[in-house]
Amino acid sequence: MSDEQAAGPALVDARGLRCPLPVIRLAARARDLPAGALVTVLATDPAARHDVPAWARMRGHETAGERRVVPDDGAEEHWALTVRLGPPPGRAS
Amino acid sequence: MTHTTEHAPTRAHPDRVHLDNGGRARWHPLARQAFLQAVDDGWADPRRLHTEGRRAAALLDGAREAVAGVLGARTEEVRFTHSHTTALHSAVLAAADGRRRAGGDVVVSTVERAAVLHAAHDAAATHGGRRVDVPVDRTGRVDPDAMADALASPGVALAALQHANGEVGTLQPVEDVHARALAAGVPLLVDAGASLGHVALPPSWDLLAADPADWGAPAGVGVLAARGRVRLVLRGPEDPEPWAPGGVSVPAAFAAAVGLQAVAADREAEDARRRALIDRVRATVATVPDVEVVGEPDARLPHVATFSFLYVDGEALLTELDRAGLAVGSGSACTASTLEPSHVLAAMGVLTHGNVRIALDRSTTEQDVDRFLAVLPGAVARVREMLGVGGL
Repeated sequence: MSDEQAAGPALVDARGLRCPLPVIRLAARARDLPAGALVTVLATDPAARHDVPAWARMRGHETAGERRVVPDDGAEEHWALTVRLGPPPGRAS
Repeated sequence: MTHTTEHAPTRAHPDRVHLDNGGRARWHPLARQAFLQAVDDGWADPRRLHTEGRRAAALLDGAREAVAGVLGARTEEVRFTHSHTTALHSAVLAAADGRRRAGGDVVVSTVERAAVLHAAHDAAATHGGRRVDVPVDRTGRVDPDAMADALASPGVALAALQHANGEVGTLQPVEDVHARALAAGVPLLVDAGASLGHVALPPSWDLLAADPADWGAPAGVGVLAARGRVRLVLRGPEDPEPWAPGGVSVPAAFAAAVGLQAVAADREAEDARRRALIDRVRATVATVPDVEVVGEPDARLPHVATFSFLYVDGEALLTELDRAGLAVGSGSACTASTLEPSHVLAAMGVLTHGNVRIALDRSTTEQDVDRFLAVLPGAVARVREMLGVGGL
């Protein structure tokens, strides 16, 4: 288990959703979390792997991990993308 | 006055503004005229020895000479192919094969056209090498030092670097990279498919591919030039014209050459005119909330602008703009038949969704750009509203 998982990041399951929905779901979840929190989004859409880090950069967050997940239960392969939240907009110094 | 305004045809669909002119533009009026002339005079098989055949052959020879003139090449260094894609495939495969004793590796930038990346992969696999991908920065520009290091490594057969990226407009440091390639003894393929006819082409290439459909000439013909010093081995069934088996369309090749001369003649005026319009587009689009205007701001093609809107479904935006009479391009996965987004945007590390790309043609007017800029912010807002992303 990675450090992120041990710390219990918030989880957004966006598997099966096409762009830009994984990023939108992630942003909606991030809105309710404090600075420093970790959020992991699960996505089957290949665009999410590029767009989650781009979103993080545009919003002052930090990319904290990228993992390809191959489930043994026959479920679809997907990305687990983790972001560490920065200060919320408006409260940033 | 430019050729465009002198010869501007009446638009068949005056209510439409077409801003997706990269790789396929409205035919230049002089290219169209040349094509029709060659249909009448050059319909015969140029390999036959009768008067009609010789007339067709003369048009083809003239076309080759004219293209060579614009490229600064010798006529025998220029070949017509069946498409720009074919030119890229053949250039990579033949140059890599010609240098297989030096090694099997092919060095490319990560933002080369898919045809180059795929051909480089195949060529490397055939000769026991690998494709070496050199990354780009956030603006899409390759680092010339990284490219030079890669191509000076042992076992490199060939390197490929585009003159400019057609998706984001960024110019590449081809002169610098070519000087280093020359020093390393590695031939450099320069893909000028998005740049020829729009910006000045430096003589820094060993192989060069270009795309007539991009400069307002017919699709169905491509240009491949190779300096005489480059050793080429092109495999394939025996044919008198191995670079275009069966021969190219004489009217298409003739129109490509006449079109190229026409765009070369007014290139500087069209550079200034379109660069000013694109500067306005980039500045105005940047005021839309949550947008990334991508690509190099200065060292770029004069007629291309690309931007990505956060939380926007690219397909929905294209549909919205099309309904308003505006045709644009996109590198978003949601607008393509594949799930994969543009490999160029991905390599740059910029947002791939909500992407819009415009390429201005010589027939694009200031009013066309005004109309686009008037419609775009509202269209983005409507698409965002549909997804309920307010406050994110």
